[in-house]
Amino acid sequence: MSLSFESTRSRLGLLIAGMVMLLSGCERPPMESVQHGYRGTGMVQVYNPRALELQVQANEIPPGMPPMDASGPKASQLYKNVKVLGDLSGAQFTRIMTSMTTWVSPQEGCLYCHNPANFADDSKYTKVVARRMLQMTQHINSDWKQHVAETGVTCYTCHRGQPVPSAIWFKSNPQPYGSNFMGDKAGQNHPAPSVALSSLPNDPFTPFLLEANNIRVNGPTALPSGNRQSIKQAEWTYGLMTHMSSALGVNCTYCHNSRSFQTWEGNPPQRLTAWFGIRMARDLNTQYMEPLTDNFPAHRKGETGDVAKLNCATCHQGAYKPLYGAPMLKDYPELAGPGMSTMKLAKQ
Amino acid sequence: MTQYQNLFTTVTVEAPGHSGVELGPGNSPRSLDPPLHYYWLGKIGNAQIGPIYLGGLGLASLICGLIAFNIIGMNMLASVNYDPIQFVRQLFWLSLEPPPPSYGLQLPPLNQGGWWLITGLFLTASLFLWWARTYRRARELGLGTHIAWAFAAAIWLYLVLGLFRPILMGSWGEAVPYGIFSHLDWTAAFSLRYGNLFYNPFHALSIVFLYGSALLFAMHGATILAVTHYGGERELEQITDRGTASERAALFWRWTMGFNATMESIHRWAWWFAVLCPLTGGIGILLTGTVVDNWYLWAMKHGVVPPYPEVFPAVVDPSLTSGVKP
Repeated sequence: MSLSFESTRSRLGLLIAGMVMLLSGCERPPMESVQHGYRGTGMVQVYNPRALELQVQANEIPPGMPPMDASGPKASQLYKNVKVLGDLSGAQFTRIMTSMTTWVSPQEGCLYCHNPANFADDSKYTKVVARRMLQMTQHINSDWKQHVAETGVTCYTCHRGQPVPSAIWFKSNPQPYGSNFMGDKAGQNHPAPSVALSSLPNDPFTPFLLEANNIRVNGPTALPSGNRQSIKQAEWTYGLMTHMSSALGVNCTYCHNSRSFQTWEGNPPQRLTAWFGIRMARDLNTQYMEPLTDNFPAHRKGETGDVAKLNCATCHQGAYKPLYGAPMLKDYPELAGPGMSTMKLAKQ
Repeated sequence: MTQYQNLFTTVTVEAPGHSGVELGPGNSPRSLDPPLHYYWLGKIGNAQIGPIYLGGLGLASLICGLIAFNIIGMNMLASVNYDPIQFVRQLFWLSLEPPPPSYGLQLPPLNQGGWWLITGLFLTASLFLWWARTYRRARELGLGTHIAWAFAAAIWLYLVLGLFRPILMGSWGEAVPYGIFSHLDWTAAFSLRYGNLFYNPFHALSIVFLYGSALLFAMHGATILAVTHYGGERELEQITDRGTASERAALFWRWTMGFNATMESIHRWAWWFAVLCPLTGGIGILLTGTVVDNWYLWAMKHGVVPPYPEVFPAVVDPSLTSGVKP
């Protein structure tokens, strides 16, 4: 009798342990559900208040430096080889350089980019990249207001105190066909973080955020009228959308209405911002990141030798607005433009 | 009365192994004869295992099914470079994909959907052989062929998904992959591609019969258990000679909802609900992409559902406005 009681108890213990293990991957309730659309239509955003608290802490902006005097000789007159921020005064120039150090390389300091013997020297690849990134920041803030509005971005938006932003992507290394007899994964069916551990195609960035493939798979008419998009193509789009959802920490219905993901009527206006965001990421990857491929050393490149590229998570890092919309740029107007001169530089 | 409110069968019949009826000419011998007995099986069903009738059809079906199963498994194993640990860890993600849509209905290379086609061939053969087996075994026992035709309804849905619809669409790439998560993602992508399957009326019907089957099963199971102590579980006797169990069960439903199924008709309800689930679902899938390209637009066009009030400021598709950046 006592034996069977003991075995029952140990079985019960095993059962409870098993259930705890099964549930250990889940977030504990309660969740907060925020209505975001007409009542009863499933237009809600679900937040984990505990995770959100940590997220908010991780997305606070660092203390800024007081503004400096604009008078006096220009940086371009004081220093050699100043190509982007030459219009600033010496004090302003030092301020932005110091700020960049705290944003990008707080541990490594100025020497992460500069040659200690000659600060004007371009021999370190990091300096060449940093200059191009300054131009990119100005380009984003002046030419992509449809996405970043007046809030804009700074180096910190992506870098967060790290020389390489935490969320970057490389092209996946596809399995070669032909020589392999069986087992092709078709670019999917792997628990990849890029698509939130789903079995969806795990590099949706190359076709959509580098190449300009068609993201839309729905047809414009009720009956067939020539739309040849396949279910497999829908899976690639689904992969990209899964990335956007996890990168922004939002549900599908943050941008889409719950009845029809393709129609623009009855959609939250956030979808418009996101639409421009996709085009912005594509523009930055092709115009700024890819041309820098030869500048980067091999250890900074991906498996296929491609340069690090950006996607939604690079800036957003789990927040619906990067740094929860903290207006950091207004204290650094030199990063807000001018886009046109940047564009000219880009062509040289 | 509490003895009937038990998860397990409280009364287990202990009897000598029963080999079943004599088989006519042309039948194979049965395996596992004399049968085995297990005490614990008696708690959830019959304590007797066997005899099993395998026969030519059963054997052929098992061989075809195992070939399909092994092709899928070997492809999954190869996709993790034959690492058994990764095979187990990633099992739910692994999959055998149909050919890329660019191949249309042509024969693709083995590693780009060729294996998928071969798997489909053997799996379909296995299902057809198993169907013939259920039909023939029912006939040999002097039964009706209701089980075989219910199974055929499920095979119809399988064929629509993997054969009929891909052929009508002109692409094997439209078909379902063989994998745990991948077939679920395929289902979601199918709905996304064709404008939200919830607006497909045949999908709605299929859901009605699916949930309806569960509801009917719960109602019937509960009713019979509730009258077991009046002998209600002896349903066949109650059909021909209605006793107090049957009367009380019928009275309960007439009291609560005014109408009752009979001891016989409840099983027709159950059979039709179960069979109509894949039948209507298959029609809905077959129409998708072939006859209707966008179910949401179709439903709005025909007034199936009203439009919702606008709560957001109007947004225009930016790809339509001129002077917009790429």
